[in-house]
Amino acid sequence: MAPVEKDPVTGRYTTGHEWDGIRELNTPLPRWWIIVFWVSVVWSIGYWVLMPSWPLLNGFTPGLLGYSSRADLESEIAEQKAARAVWLNRIESLPAAAVEADSELLTYARAGGRIAFEENCAPCHGVGGVGAFGYPTLADDEWLWGGTIDEIEQTIKFGVRNSNPNSHQSEMPKFGADGILTPQQIEQVADYVLTVADRAPVASLPGAEIFAENCAVCHGEVGEGNKDIGAPALNNQIWLYASKLGNQKPEVRAAEIRATVISQVTRPRHGAMPAWSERLGPGTIRMLAVYVHTLGGGR
Amino acid sequence: MSLFKHHARIETNALLLTIGIVVTVSVGGLVEVAPLFSIESTIERVEGVRPYSPLEQAGRDIYLREGCYNCHSQMIRPFKDEAERYGHYSLAAESKYDHPFQWGSKRTGPDLARVGGKYASDWHVRHLIDPRSVVPGSVMPGYPHLMRPLDYSDIGVRLRVLRSVGVPYNDTQIDGAAHDLEEQALADPNAAPPPVMASYPKARLGRAVESPENGPVTEMDALVAYLQVLGTMVDFTQVDPALIRR
Repeated sequence: MAPVEKDPVTGRYTTGHEWDGIRELNTPLPRWWIIVFWVSVVWSIGYWVLMPSWPLLNGFTPGLLGYSSRADLESEIAEQKAARAVWLNRIESLPAAAVEADSELLTYARAGGRIAFEENCAPCHGVGGVGAFGYPTLADDEWLWGGTIDEIEQTIKFGVRNSNPNSHQSEMPKFGADGILTPQQIEQVADYVLTVADRAPVASLPGAEIFAENCAVCHGEVGEGNKDIGAPALNNQIWLYASKLGNQKPEVRAAEIRATVISQVTRPRHGAMPAWSERLGPGTIRMLAVYVHTLGGGR
Repeated sequence: MSLFKHHARIETNALLLTIGIVVTVSVGGLVEVAPLFSIESTIERVEGVRPYSPLEQAGRDIYLREGCYNCHSQMIRPFKDEAERYGHYSLAAESKYDHPFQWGSKRTGPDLARVGGKYASDWHVRHLIDPRSVVPGSVMPGYPHLMRPLDYSDIGVRLRVLRSVGVPYNDTQIDGAAHDLEEQALADPNAAPPPVMASYPKARLGRAVESPENGPVTEMDALVAYLQVLGTMVDFTQVDPALIRR
């Protein structure tokens, strides 16, 4: 220990510590720091008393205010529910068609439906329902499971091919993989389907008989489809398992469509959709149904 | 000033200083951490949380290997906006068998705590192979390499390791892990539920990858089985909010 002495340059005393001839000044802490320190100490005592703070052996001190972030959330959500109830109660109590007929409710339902759609539906069906490879377009007037507003609501509620007992269920046979049709027959029926899609005369085609025997029972005599079992209409140019229309050359497009028809007959792919009643409330689902129905193609 | 003189003695003796630091830090640590092991309210009492099935656990290992946690958290905080978007806030009980847990609030992608059941398995496969094919604005990298066969030769050992840190797998589950994994992955979702469902209720049956139909179980199948169970174990319609309030 070196002796404590006054440093001639700064006028401060030294601490008496010395390392290799270097001595330490005994500079006091800044006044502002001391003030903040003691204010913090006082504040913490107030905090211990008012807020949940000290852990105990099998619990914690709840504090005089009894604050709980989870209880806070409950009351915030309750407040929000009450604010929305003005609209949602009316939307839930009316049939979907009546919601659509009331211009005020329609505006509310479309705005709410759009937000729910973008979070929950757009990942598959695309923003604005434009659709994607394997996921139907919702902005057109072609519907696999029906396009009336009630049918749309039903599909949203229970989904397609999932474990919900009310979900839409249907399965197309594996005509190729299970050996029901030969590869040559599949090519013939594919050519038939492509002609049906062009709405050109088909009676003389070799695939006509195969289609009538195997496909017409679900897809309809003239390929008009069947909404009750989700059998797509074939008499149009809408293809679920083809890339969305881009700047493909016509012959490239035709080859892709033919390949997708053959692959679908040989070993069909089946789309699935979750049952949204398991995640969303009835009001949100009705708003979604209104939104989807008014995207452009509702029936 | 005698107190400061004692302090000088501590400062100038390496051993005394070390002991002093350990004692000081321990007091802080013990007060903050130790009670969590005995406080009964740390983990909420809710029904339904179970250890991951072998297939889900294999998928979880892939989730960690690929660093999904760098962009995705699995913790819905008790805020209104998060509850609106993701669903019920996460409970500690829901990640009690997670080693390591996937909490966090740093998100580049969305929170995944309740992604289970939100999308069809087929969507997950296409999204993981090429995220932009279904979400045009996504910045997520593609994971097409997950279509390779899953190596689950050591799945029983992995469950055993988890048991050593407190996950309650029993001997039957550990010995039959590979069998359970195959049973879950190769089950027909439309047929009667196989025995594996008794051990692991709510497990997602069947393959996520549609073809090749009888090919080996892929890493993709495992990862999607894991994603599809996330946040689905607790049925919140059966939970009394008063019992989980903190």
